[in-house]
Amino acid sequence: MSNTDTGTGAKAQQPLDDEAAAERLSTAPVEERPEDTVPSLGAVGWLRWTWRQLTSMRVALILLFLLSLAAVPGSLIPQTSSNALRVQQWKAAHSVLAPLYEKLQLFDVYSSVWFSAIYILLFVSLAGCIVPRSWQFVGVLRSMPPAAPRNLTRMPVYATWRTGAAAPDVTAAAERLLGGRRFRAHTLGDAVAAEKGYLREVGNLLFHISLFGLLIAMAWGSVAGGQGGKLVLEGQGFSNTMTQYDDFEGAAFYGADDLDAFGFKLDGFSATYQTKGDQLGTPRDFTAHIRYWTGTDNSRLRKGTIKVNEPLEVAGSKVYLIGHGYSPVVTVRNAKGEVVFQGPTPFLPQDNNLTSTGAIKVGDYGTKDGKKVQLGFSGIFSPTAPVTASMTTGWNSLFPAAADPKLIITAYEGDLGTDAGLPQNVYQLDIAHMKQLSQDGNKAAVALKPGQGWTLPDGYGTVSFDGYQQWASFNIAHRPGNSVALGSAALAVLGLIGSLLIQRRRVWVRATEAEDGTTVVEMAGLARSESARIAEELAELAVALQDDAPALPEESETPVNEPTEKRG
Amino acid sequence: MVLATAVNEHLANISNYLIYSAMAVYTLAMLAHCFEWAFGSRGAIARRSAEQGGTLAETVAATAQPAARKVTVTVASAGGGTATLTRTALAGEGATVVTGGRGDDETDGPGAAGSDEQADLLGRMAISLTVLGLVLHFGGVLTRGLSVTRWPWGNMYEFSCALAFTAVAAYLVLLATGKKVRWLGLPVVVSALLTLGLAVTVLYTDSEQLVPALHSPFLAIHVTAAIICGGAFHAAFVATALYLLKDGYDRRIAAGRTTGPLGTDASIWQRLPSAGSLDKLAYRINAVIFPLWTFTIIAGAIWAEKAWGRYWEWDPKETWSFITWVAYAAYLHARATAGWKGRKAAYLALLAFACFVFNYYGVNIFVTGKHSYAGVG
Ligand code: HEM
Repeated sequence: MSNTDTGTGAKAQQPLDDEAAAERLSTAPVEERPEDTVPSLGAVGWLRWTWRQLTSMRVALILLFLLSLAAVPGSLIPQTSSNALRVQQWKAAHSVLAPLYEKLQLFDVYSSVWFSAIYILLFVSLAGCIVPRSWQFVGVLRSMPPAAPRNLTRMPVYATWRTGAAAPDVTAAAERLLGGRRFRAHTLGDAVAAEKGYLREVGNLLFHISLFGLLIAMAWGSVAGGQGGKLVLEGQGFSNTMTQYDDFEGAAFYGADDLDAFGFKLDGFSATYQTKGDQLGTPRDFTAHIRYWTGTDNSRLRKGTIKVNEPLEVAGSKVYLIGHGYSPVVTVRNAKGEVVFQGPTPFLPQDNNLTSTGAIKVGDYGTKDGKKVQLGFSGIFSPTAPVTASMTTGWNSLFPAAADPKLIITAYEGDLGTDAGLPQNVYQLDIAHMKQLSQDGNKAAVALKPGQGWTLPDGYGTVSFDGYQQWASFNIAHRPGNSVALGSAALAVLGLIGSLLIQRRRVWVRATEAEDGTTVVEMAGLARSESARIAEELAELAVALQDDAPALPEESETPVNEPTEKRG
Repeated sequence: MVLATAVNEHLANISNYLIYSAMAVYTLAMLAHCFEWAFGSRGAIARRSAEQGGTLAETVAATAQPAARKVTVTVASAGGGTATLTRTALAGEGATVVTGGRGDDETDGPGAAGSDEQADLLGRMAISLTVLGLVLHFGGVLTRGLSVTRWPWGNMYEFSCALAFTAVAAYLVLLATGKKVRWLGLPVVVSALLTLGLAVTVLYTDSEQLVPALHSPFLAIHVTAAIICGGAFHAAFVATALYLLKDGYDRRIAAGRTTGPLGTDASIWQRLPSAGSLDKLAYRINAVIFPLWTFTIIAGAIWAEKAWGRYWEWDPKETWSFITWVAYAAYLHARATAGWKGRKAAYLALLAFACFVFNYYGVNIFVTGKHSYAGVG
């Protein structure tokens, strides 16, 4: 890259002019002035110009700024990746904006073309910046610090005094002193040149390079990882095959054949809740008690628990507890008294007190009055139900634990639509071809306690509410690349610490014989402008050097030369 | 994890009283600081600070020693002037005395009290009161934690109390280690009061156990780091804002006017450190704390991986942490790039801090996401 300083080492053998001696203490590229760069020659010229622009610090800054700006909409508009349901609700509520947002990929900001473009450009810019800087830095390490400028008074910090010690003795002492303080020091002619704090640059490069590590880890995780969800009832199990999932999200290199072999049984689920105070009902602990196996042999089971912050790690996958709820257990008998449905049906929680809704679909009811009939029940399960339905909140649960559960159901007859072969929402009835039963002129509905039954109107049979079971839902995820991401992140922090807390600085000491036979000692230091400590450090070094080069009484307090020019 | 299911109501009540008492004492400290600033405008030396009373005498005392070694370092300053720094070593004793004397444009003001004795006394009283407030404040945070035997930062109320605590504590630690930051007293106490005020009114929740999602050692790691970062970013913000104001004042003076921004009394600005010093202080705080902020986000990501199965999901909280991080990175980049020093970079720092604040108050209260622990109704 032509817009960066060349390494400092190559020219170190001759004394430098002021300009070169003040050479930057960073391999950061020099900012170009636009007039230097406006291309005049055809396509190649433009390409080179574009590349230089892209790898300039100014553009890096603009891209960083754009990146943070571009991340904003995703935090304010619902995102498909994190909550598809809310996206649907949002779309339904904003019919005008939704298509526009859709076009702009505002529901998928973080995988959108424009967001990707920004970070890809940023990383291209970063590569264009890092590679040359790394080479340069290798050059810097292989050479010695640059020789002292002719006029040390022009350096940002400067000190001088006269001494009786001989000039060569002073430089020798200075080299020893600086070397002892872990400067890289060497003597060129009448001056010692020394430098320290190379770890700053190491840290900076490490930081930027580990950003690439992070990017690669994220990319790997997204093409070779996947996850799926499964709702498991107490007493039931799951084995990690595609057919068992309720939903599954794979990737290019993670499909049905790549699933890790394991499974587990949910023996029980326990939840505890706050029982008093203004946080009544707030959950305090959720635990899923399981037994699991690895491989295909499900006879050797190991006991385990899964909690909210403690996933089960098994066979390269992790199993997370993400939700829980109730499944009322119901028995339905037809007019002849035959059991046509029996078992638990998971209901979905609707609020913090686990008021849950669901649908019980009796597809195998058989025939009534000579024609095929199906029954459907739509209901609310209220784990701690009010004594009677409230005017405002209905049967909404008062507490999330099942202290006084009730099942409130209403019945439909007709065609459930399950035979049409189309996927159906298992938690909802499709009542397009169903009729609600009525009783005494009202819609037929009832609130049942466990053990209670209901005789359906019009001789449809009976329903009994036998009790309830709990269910827990799990997220089963396989995410390669996590350890690479973690490693890169750790290196990034280390790199940052080096980059931001270490100062790279140079010190020169020159001893020359004056006309009166005494020796003039001059010291100068250069660091990045942010460092104020260089002055103190120079003072400290100078005091220490006076062990070997004691100051002669001075005639005046002023330095030999007034500084004439500032340097940043 | 073993759960302490009970809440010790008695301790929780004591905690509330202690927080209120701390606020009362901070209020007194704030008033004392206000009077310090008011009285400090008297007297000529408030305006003539370059004398740096006291340090000259020290130098003289040091040079009077026969075998003393002394070095004067000339420092070229940004404005073209020079400053000097003199270090003296007393032979045989190994002691060094650093004395500072500064050139024309980089003069740091003498602080709120100027050289007015009464003002100085008020300032000292203010600091004593701040220390007392901090002790009460600490008691409040501690008893809150003890009442539920867990780290006391499980919701926004607790988080705010801890945040204000770190801010005040950091300021007092700087003072105790001999840094000349007494001028920070008023803004620090005012911000602590505002944060606590918001906490006890809007954000208050009773002391309770945690929701399952917060049962994790990462509550201690991630949130503690976030609290420290919050305190530091806050301090850097104060320094940045003061830098901009002081720089504004310098420009007004250069343009021949005699008052500070918004018609404020010039002596206020003269008593503050120089614009350059404020700017550097702000940069240093931001630079030192940036790695910790990076760590905070990483610790959060590890926790998210444990709790939700993905270390990064672009949850609003994560997104805004990322935005804040990138904004501070942009600020640091801007500083490292020629031409972006001073005001322009300072505006970036303000923007970055605004992102941090939005991430705390805005996202917790107005945006729904998985980080719904705020406990605000
Ligand atoms: C991916 C986003 C990036 C982030 C988060 C980032 C972050 C940072 C941070 C925090 C620093 C430390 C500032 C300091 O040392 O004062 C820094 C320094 C630096 N960055 Fe970046 N950076 C990014 C991309 C880039 C790009 C694209 C370039 C090149 C065009 C670049 C070039 C540099 C240079 C040269 C320095 C050192 C400046 C110096 O030593 O004075 N960075 N970066």
